[in-house]
Amino acid sequence: MSADFLKTTIANMVPYGSRVLDLGCGDGEVLAYLQKSHGCSGYGVEIDDDNVAACVKKDVQVIQLNLEQGLQMFEDQSFDVVLQIDTLQHLRNAETMLRETLRVARMGIITFPNFAHWFNRWSVLKGRMPVTPKLPYEWYDTPNIRVATFADFQALALKNHLHIQDAFGLDAEKTVRFWPNALASTAVFQLTGASQRTT
Amino acid sequence: MTFIVSPSTMHFGEPLTLSSGAELAEYQLSFETYGELNADKSNAVLICHALNASHHVAGFYQGQENSEGWWNNMIGSGKPVDTNRFFVIGVNNLGSCFGSTGPMHVNRASGRIYGADFPVVTVEDWVNAQARLLDRLGIAQLAAVMGGSLGGMQALSWSLQYPQRVKHAVVIASAPNLTAENIAFNEVARRAIVTDPDFHGGHFYAHGVIPQRGLRIARMLGHITYLSDDVMNSKFGRNLQESDAYRYSTQEIEFQIESYLRYQGDKFSQYFDANTYLLITRALDYFDPAKPYQGDLVKALANVTAQFLLVSFTTDWRFAPSRSREMVQALVANKRRLSYAEIDAPHGHDAFLLDDPRYLRVVRSYFENIHFTDATA
Repeated sequence: MSADFLKTTIANMVPYGSRVLDLGCGDGEVLAYLQKSHGCSGYGVEIDDDNVAACVKKDVQVIQLNLEQGLQMFEDQSFDVVLQIDTLQHLRNAETMLRETLRVARMGIITFPNFAHWFNRWSVLKGRMPVTPKLPYEWYDTPNIRVATFADFQALALKNHLHIQDAFGLDAEKTVRFWPNALASTAVFQLTGASQRTT
Repeated sequence: MTFIVSPSTMHFGEPLTLSSGAELAEYQLSFETYGELNADKSNAVLICHALNASHHVAGFYQGQENSEGWWNNMIGSGKPVDTNRFFVIGVNNLGSCFGSTGPMHVNRASGRIYGADFPVVTVEDWVNAQARLLDRLGIAQLAAVMGGSLGGMQALSWSLQYPQRVKHAVVIASAPNLTAENIAFNEVARRAIVTDPDFHGGHFYAHGVIPQRGLRIARMLGHITYLSDDVMNSKFGRNLQESDAYRYSTQEIEFQIESYLRYQGDKFSQYFDANTYLLITRALDYFDPAKPYQGDLVKALANVTAQFLLVSFTTDWRFAPSRSREMVQALVANKRRLSYAEIDAPHGHDAFLLDDPRYLRVVRSYFENIHFTDATA
């Protein structure tokens, strides 16, 4: 799956002109795109020095913070959208950060590697932890400390009374809406807080 | 090729009303400029100095090998603040001792040296004086104002006092006010100076002496707080000055750290003015833009329009990252444009003057994205 495909998939879910907080924004690519083509504003949050420098170079506003310290810096409902693009799996406090996401914003868009993807299942059946383009690490050096499946995340959202506005998978350059828990390498969730339920 | 610079002086005849209500009937400011002011006068960057620095920010003075500007690694041709693009101004603050009107100068009204009678000046007063210098230079709006530590406080204050005159504020290793502990360090330094028998109530000039003992101790104390425990240990550890064996003396220099601090203290006491030290540390203590808002920094920063770059250093305990984060939080709450870098450098507060590549890279990238109109381009 290309970075461009992920970027446009995300952008399609972000209302035009949104104020966005991108948690673990990496080199600022997604935010730069949202600013240029989607009229968005806001900040990225990043811990890595090289990524912070890359953001500043792109003129993407970035705040260097360790997400494990929480989001106390940000006020309730002060953003339209919080993005967690492949960030969740690195967070020790993943559940807290999920709740915090919907505290500071009306909408959360969360993507993460789906460990129940058929290839990963096959790999584990063969007796080895999966190593794939999406999960390129060995078990002993992986930064992914919170490994979850599409179905696991649905359960966590329910437990926290979050409303799943949309949920689907991505695989190669395609959106996966049929059996994403097995057929998608990446899970995508669009959440709103319980009080914002629109259905 | 060495970058040769020379200082200028501007005299101001119109009185300056200070925060205290006192008035400076007339004064002069020493300053230096680097690079060319463009036709639109839109590429000016003002550099604000901290406690013991001056308008001599970059370059060298002709024929003086040891005269490197205090931020020469940051400012110059091809440096992070590139003088090929920007017109950079360094200015010495009122009350300082490097050329601008200060306590060692004659008060024309009384015909006597100011000494302790020099009025208390604040960060806001300095910014007002700097604004007048810009008026004279014909600069309506700064592309950026930048400073570290106390200089960062001035940059922040610029964005509050003259929001329409600042496009970017670069605030490094600074704080929105001093903590009690920080004021306490300043007070110890001041007491060291004023209790020196050579201080003579601040009028030591008339006695032909300098309260060097007080200045030395003030500087030694300050120096400890500008470094981190780690950097002191790696630089000096428990290394002895003379040999491997203790000399069992309480008065002699035994450890290398003692020698270092005494050297720094001696050097400082030979060039720095005692009254200036009192004035500048007081300006640090008083700075508190949230005070009129019952300590609410969010409200205090509501009128900011500048875009900010804030930088802090993880081992800086005198101006800790948490203090920079307070400013970040208040700017975020006001939905202002900003970036914030927290550099994991080992050097403590001094890091803002040093060559950490991650730090210089962020500042360079930030300035590369500062755009200005230029009729000549």
